[in-house]
Amino acid sequence: MKLTEQQVLHVAKLARLALTPDEVATFKNQLSAILDAVDELARVDSATTLVAPAGSEGLALLRQDVVQGEVGTEAALANAPQVAGTSFAIPKVLE
Amino acid sequence: MKTLAQAAAALAAGQTSSAALTAACLERAKADPFGAFLTLDEPGALASAQASDARRREGRAVGPLDGVPLSLKDNILTEGVVTTAGSRMLEGFRPPYDATVTARLKAAGAVLLGKTNLDEFGMGSSTENSAFQKTKNPLDPTRTPGGSSGGSAASVAARLCFGSLGTDTGGSIRQPAAFTGLVGLKPSWGRVSRFGVVAYASSLDQVGPLAHTVEDAATLLSAIEGLDPADATSSTAPKTDLSMLRSGVRGLRVGLPKEFFVDGMDPEVAASVRAAAATLVSLGASVEEVSLPHTRYAMATYYVLAPCEASSNLGRYDGVRFGHRTTDPRSLKALYENSRAEGFGPEVKRRIMLGTFALSAGYADAYYRKAQQVRALIRRDYEQVFQRVDVVLSATSPVLPWRLGEKLDDPLAMYLMDVLTLPCNLAGLPGLSLPCGRASNGLPIGAQLLGRPFDEGTVLKTAYALEAALGLQFAPTGGV
Repeated sequence: MKLTEQQVLHVAKLARLALTPDEVATFKNQLSAILDAVDELARVDSATTLVAPAGSEGLALLRQDVVQGEVGTEAALANAPQVAGTSFAIPKVLE
Repeated sequence: MKTLAQAAAALAAGQTSSAALTAACLERAKADPFGAFLTLDEPGALASAQASDARRREGRAVGPLDGVPLSLKDNILTEGVVTTAGSRMLEGFRPPYDATVTARLKAAGAVLLGKTNLDEFGMGSSTENSAFQKTKNPLDPTRTPGGSSGGSAASVAARLCFGSLGTDTGGSIRQPAAFTGLVGLKPSWGRVSRFGVVAYASSLDQVGPLAHTVEDAATLLSAIEGLDPADATSSTAPKTDLSMLRSGVRGLRVGLPKEFFVDGMDPEVAASVRAAAATLVSLGASVEEVSLPHTRYAMATYYVLAPCEASSNLGRYDGVRFGHRTTDPRSLKALYENSRAEGFGPEVKRRIMLGTFALSAGYADAYYRKAQQVRALIRRDYEQVFQRVDVVLSATSPVLPWRLGEKLDDPLAMYLMDVLTLPCNLAGLPGLSLPCGRASNGLPIGAQLLGRPFDEGTVLKTAYALEAALGLQFAPTGGV
């Protein structure tokens, strides 16, 4: 499958990635080549195949919904790029 | 002294101290010409070593890892010690907690020297996709050590430590092990906790050891495996029975899948794997050709599913709570888009784009759902083959380690190099790589053994027998 420049820009928007014009051109070619290779999946007859769970056991382990191993506010904020009091700071959302 | 077992024996016999071993390892690591480490935690390592020596003096040594210097791939969280996943996005990130595997190694008394280089977020097969440095193969510094756990492999192969933990999503432990003459084990999916491991593709990721010998790899597996309440995908399966390690391969049924002798395979690699099969026969195993017909679709399946999961997992890097933030963003949207554009490298962006596309409206059925169905067929192939044989033997990589830079401009060519390691992850199986030969240029050739889910024991005992029979040794260049 060949991607158009518009499709690349649309996907970049969905992925929240700002791309340079050079990146758009490169990804258009590289992703098209990868999708061409991946398109051979269409040849597999899988119409009746059920999708398997990730693990061989299939079921995620459940436990009581009890807080354990809390990180704490100070440690949680320690790696934040910008902090306001005990909150993560971001640019103004509403003008 | 090279192996973990030798270091443990020397410590137990009082021939050396952990402080002396650790100081020697740190000295070599600081002079390392191969670029294995991103971060050395000298104060932490020396303090752990002193604590280990104190335990031993008091007769309280806690097991075979007590006092032994190890390294960790830099996508495994270490409390207070910078963990970058090889990405500018996480430059300077100091985790507030340990991964479960980190905590288990610490509880076993291990000395953690530092964090090893990797392809950014584990995405790559040569460690050239690290944002920080390129790692060289200690057996031939003009060549790649493989990836993405190339720094872990180099740290062990260059004898800077006695073992390492890597992660393997599509071959990232086994292929670097093959390229550097080591043993590398990807455990069954669910065998080892992934709590505190930077997520790439969660239905495929596993943590596992890289070491000089099968016995060392088994020792490391034993320390990290088992149920973890903090990882809901970790398994309740009983721990690996290591008493069977030396029980031999008499009566073992080995499958040699014809689809794994792929076009473009290095003839020396193919010959070496066939010779390893003959060696197993001489040890009392039987070998038969088997067929895994959907192997040819593994590359396409993986390079849909792994990017899809990556595009979702890497959504958390938004420049808000941790990680890189762009300077002076004018809006929240610009903060997201520019932080991610600046923080991620080209291969990570490529996979996020690919995964986002394959999950997008109008394409998700043709790509994501289709790939999940083919994954189920790949798994069924193995279920059928494992009714007839106990282990599957193949090459780990179709080629020998390539020269640094050689495949960097062609992502698809790089993806094709993973063709023999991907099915193991897609099927959730345990897979091990060990050296099975030496090519005419002196480089190691890796054989891969795959087993039934949670049957690491059979994989390890087969590898142990093969290793003993082959007696291969590889030494780093420069006489370290």
